[in-house]
Amino acid sequence: MADTTDQVPQAAGTPKDARPIKLACYNVWKLFGANAANFIRQRGGAATMAEVAAAGLVGAVRAVDLEIRQGEIFIIMGLSGSGKSTLVRCMSRLVEPTHGKVEFEGKDLLKISDAALIELRRHRMGMVFQNFALLPHLNVLENIAFPLGIQGQDRPTREKRAREVIELVGLRGREHFYPRELSGGQQQRVGIARSLATKPEIWFLDEPFSALDPLIRREMQDELMRLQTMLHKTIVFITHDFDEAIRLADRIAIMKDGEVIQIGTPEELVVNPATDYVAEFTRDVDRAKVISARSLMRACDGTEHGGVVAPDAKISTFSASIVSAGKPFAVVNGSGKPIGEVTPQAVIDLLAGIERPGASA
Amino acid sequence: MTVTASTSDARSRPVQIWLVVWACALAAVLAVFLLQDRLAWAVNYPAGAIVPVADWVSALMNLIKSNFSWLTRSITAALGVPLDFALNLLAKNFKIGRGADMIILPRLSWVGVCIAAFLAGRAAGGWKLGALVGGCFLYIALFGQWTSAMLTLGLISIAVPFCIVTGLFVGIWAWRKPWAERLLISPALDLMQTIPTFAYLIPMLLLFGNSPVSAMIATAIFATPPMVRATMLGLSRVPSEIDDFSEMAGCTARQKLWRVLLPSARPALMVGVNQVIMLALNMVIIASMIGAGGLGYDVLLALRALKVGEAMEAGLAIVALAIALDRLSQAIARNHAQGHVYQMVSPSFWRRYPNLTLAIAILAVTTLLGLFVPAFAAVPKAITFTTAPMWKTAVSWITINFFDTIEAFRVALILNVLNPVRAFCEGFPWLGAVFLLGLAGYQLGGLRLAALVAALTVFCAVTGLWEKTMATVYLCGISAFIACLIGIPIGLMASRSDRVEKVVTPIIDTLQVLPSFCFIIPVVMLFRVGDVTAMIATIAFAVVPAIRYTNHGLRQVPPALIEAAKVSGCTKRQTFLRVQLPLALPEIMLGVNQTILMALAMIIICAMVGTRDLGQEVFIALSKADSGRGIVAGLAIAFIGIVADRLFNAWTAKARARLG
Repeated sequence: MADTTDQVPQAAGTPKDARPIKLACYNVWKLFGANAANFIRQRGGAATMAEVAAAGLVGAVRAVDLEIRQGEIFIIMGLSGSGKSTLVRCMSRLVEPTHGKVEFEGKDLLKISDAALIELRRHRMGMVFQNFALLPHLNVLENIAFPLGIQGQDRPTREKRAREVIELVGLRGREHFYPRELSGGQQQRVGIARSLATKPEIWFLDEPFSALDPLIRREMQDELMRLQTMLHKTIVFITHDFDEAIRLADRIAIMKDGEVIQIGTPEELVVNPATDYVAEFTRDVDRAKVISARSLMRACDGTEHGGVVAPDAKISTFSASIVSAGKPFAVVNGSGKPIGEVTPQAVIDLLAGIERPGASA
Repeated sequence: MTVTASTSDARSRPVQIWLVVWACALAAVLAVFLLQDRLAWAVNYPAGAIVPVADWVSALMNLIKSNFSWLTRSITAALGVPLDFALNLLAKNFKIGRGADMIILPRLSWVGVCIAAFLAGRAAGGWKLGALVGGCFLYIALFGQWTSAMLTLGLISIAVPFCIVTGLFVGIWAWRKPWAERLLISPALDLMQTIPTFAYLIPMLLLFGNSPVSAMIATAIFATPPMVRATMLGLSRVPSEIDDFSEMAGCTARQKLWRVLLPSARPALMVGVNQVIMLALNMVIIASMIGAGGLGYDVLLALRALKVGEAMEAGLAIVALAIALDRLSQAIARNHAQGHVYQMVSPSFWRRYPNLTLAIAILAVTTLLGLFVPAFAAVPKAITFTTAPMWKTAVSWITINFFDTIEAFRVALILNVLNPVRAFCEGFPWLGAVFLLGLAGYQLGGLRLAALVAALTVFCAVTGLWEKTMATVYLCGISAFIACLIGIPIGLMASRSDRVEKVVTPIIDTLQVLPSFCFIIPVVMLFRVGDVTAMIATIAFAVVPAIRYTNHGLRQVPPALIEAAKVSGCTKRQTFLRVQLPLALPEIMLGVNQTILMALAMIIICAMVGTRDLGQEVFIALSKADSGRGIVAGLAIAFIGIVADRLFNAWTAKARARLG
C-alpha cells in the first residue's frame, strides 16, 4: 500500500508543476505593534508565537511561504482571525508586510515604486470583496466602468467594455440600477464584473460569497467555475467555508493563527491531513467526491475486471457502476496500460466511512 | 452568594473612599467660606493680582489693525464683490453709474422667487414640501418683510458656499493628518463652538468695520465647524473595503479622495451642509448688530424700542425662513442619500434640468414684467397685511388683565429663587471652586482632566471676571436645571407612547431650527426685561436636547432586555428603575450636557434683555468696540462651557465603559 500513497502527491502535482509561478510569498510576516519591523529583523525572520506575544505584538501573518501557479484556483482557507484576509492584502500590498518577500512573476512586489504599483493594479490585478464595496453613488454601468475611467479611458470605450462584462456575468437589463436596488447576489455579480473589466491576470476574491444565502452561494460558485473555464485567470480565493474550498480549489492552503499549516489539493488534505486541525475540517467531507481512483487502487492481483477508470476519476463518478458490477475496475493510464485496480469492497468501505488498516492512509 | 458579596465589597470600597474625600473637600471649602474675613483673598479674587489679559488682547488687536489694514481692506473689497451682487440681485436692485444717468437693473421679482422656491421644494420633496417652502416665502412677502428677508438670504447664500468649501478642505486635512486633528483642529472646533456668537462680532467689527462683509466673515467662521466635523466623520466612516477597492483599481491619492471617498461619504456631508445653513441663519441674525441688516436688524431695532409687535413680526419671518431652509436642505440631503433615479442622459439642458430651467425662466419673465408692472417688482402695499397691532393689542390685553398675576409670579421667582441662588454663587470662594472642580476632574478623568478644568477656572478668576462668571453660572445653571426638569419627563412620556412622540417630535424639530433671537421676543412681551425673561427664554431654547436624548436613550434599550425583565417578574416600575433607566442614563446625561451648553449660549444672547453677567460684559464691549474686554469675556464663557462639557463627557464615558 505504501507505493500507492506515495504516488498521490507526485501524481496530483506533476501536471501543474509545468505552469509558471505567478505569485509567491517567501517568509512573509505581518506583525502589529510598536517596533514590529525591528523585532523580526533582529531575529532574522524567525520567531515563535510565544516570542511574538512576549514582545507585545500581534502576529496576523507568520512565516508564510507559498507559490501560486498561473491559471490555478488557489484557495486560502481559515476561520475568522486566522490571518487569511491580511495575507491576501499583503499579496496585493494593500497591507505592507512587516518582513519577507512577495514576488509577482519573479519581481519583488515590495520594492517597486508607487507609480509601478498603481500601473500593476490598474491592468494586471483585480479584486472582489466580501461586502461588494460598490460605490453607492454610481449605477451598475458606471460602477463597472469606474476602474477603466480611473485609467483615463474615454466614456464610449469604457462603457463598451463594461457592457461586455455585464453580458458575461448575466446582468443585462440592469445597467442603470443602483447598488441598493439589487439583491446581494446581483451586487456581487457587479463586483465580479467590475474586477474583470480591466482584464486582470491575477484575480483576488476575498470571501466573495460569504455574505450571500447558501442557495445563492452555490449558484455563484457554479458561475465562478463557468467564468474560469472561459477566462483561465490565476485566482486567489479566500474563504472560511471548507466545502466551498473543496468545491472550487485546485489547491488549498489552510491557515491557523497566522500560519499556513498545510498546502495541497483537496484530495491530499483529505487523504493526508498534516495535523489534527486539518483532519477536523476534512472529517465531514464527502470523500467519494474528493478521492480519486488513484488513491484507492492497489496492485492488480489477476482477478477479472468489470470495467476501466482513469486514475484521476473521482470515486463518486463510478461508485454505482462498480458496486452493481461486483468486480474490480482496472485503473488505466493515458496509453491504456493498467497501473492497478479498485475493488468494489474498497469503494463500499469508503462510502460507508470504514477505515481498514492499510486501505487508505 | 459569597462571590457576589466579595465583588460588591470591591466595588463599593473606592466609592466610599471618594465619599470621604468629597466630605473633606466640602468641609474645607465651607471653612474657607466661614473664615472669609481672614481669608478674603480665597473668596474674592484680589483686585491687585488681576492679570490684565484684556489690555494685552486689545493691544494685539490694535497692532493687527494698524499694521494689516491693507490686508483687511483688500479682504473686505474682495468679499464685497460677490456679496454685493447677491444682495443687489435679491434685495437692493443694481445701480450702475451715478446721478442722472444712473441705470437701475431690477432685483429678482418676489413673485418669481416664491415660485422658484415652490419648484425647488417640489423637486426635492414633492408637492407637500413645495407648498410648504413656497408658502413660507409667500408669508414673508405678504407680511411686508420681503426686502429684509432677502438681505438675510443674500448673506446666507454667499456665506454658506464659503463655509462648505472651507469646512470640506479643513476636514480633509484633519482626516489625512491625525496629529493635526488632535493638536489643532479638534481643540479649535471645540473653542469655536463654545465661544458665544457675540464674542465673534467684536474682532470682526474692529478689523472689517460695521458692514455686511464683517457680518459675513463672522457668519462664515461660526458656521464652518459642523462641516469640518461632518467631513471628518463621513470620511472615517467609509467602509474599509471601499478604500481597499479604490487602491486595487489603481486610483492615485487624488482620484481616491475625489472620486471614491467623498462621493461615498455624501450622506454625512449633506447632514453637515444642513447644519451649516441653519447655523449661518442663526449667526446672520445676530450679526445684524455689526451691520448685517436684514431681519435680525429689524428685530433688534424693535426690541430696543420695545415695539413688541414689530419684533414679533420680524421674528416670525425669521421662523418662516428657517423652516423653509431647513426642510428644503434636509429633503435634498435625503434625496442624495438615496441616490438619483435613473434618467436617460439627454443633451439638452432643458431636458436634463427641467425644474431649474423652469425656475430660471419664471424668474426672468417675472423680473422683466416687474419693469412694467410695479406689482411684480415690489410687494404691493395693498395686499400686505400686518399683525403688529394685533400682537400689541394682545400684549396690552394681557398686561391689563393679568398684570398682577404675572408680576406676582415674577417677583416671587426673583425673591425666592433667583436672588438666593445668585447670592450663593457670587459669594462662592473662587479657590474653593477651582479645588472642587479639579477634584471632580480627577475623579472622572484623571490628572490631565483635573489640570485642564482647574486651569480654565483659574483663568476666569485671574482676569477679574470671577463675579460675572458666577453670575453667568447661576443663571445658566438654574435655566438648565429647570429645562431638564421639564424636558426629561416629556422625553420619558414620549418614549412610552408613540402618540406623544408624534406630537412632540415636530414641535422640538421646529424649536431647534429657530434662531436663538426669536425666543426672546414673546417672553419680553410678557415679562419685560430682566433675569426672569432671560431664564424663561433660555429654558424654551435649551429644553430640546433634554427631551430628544431622553426619548432616544430610553427607546434604544434593547427590547430583549425589557422582555428579560418582564419574564423575571419585574413590575413596570422595577423594569423602569432597574433596567431602562440605568441603561439609558449615559444618553440622558449627554442630553443634559447639550442642554447646559445651549443654555449657556442663550444666556449670553439674553444680555440684550438686561442680565448682569459675562454676556453683558461682551455686549458692552461690543457697543464700545473694546476688543480685549469682549474677547476675554468671550473666552471665559467658552471656558465655562468647556469645563461643563468635559466633566459630563468624562462621566458619560465612564458610565458607558461600565455598561460595556
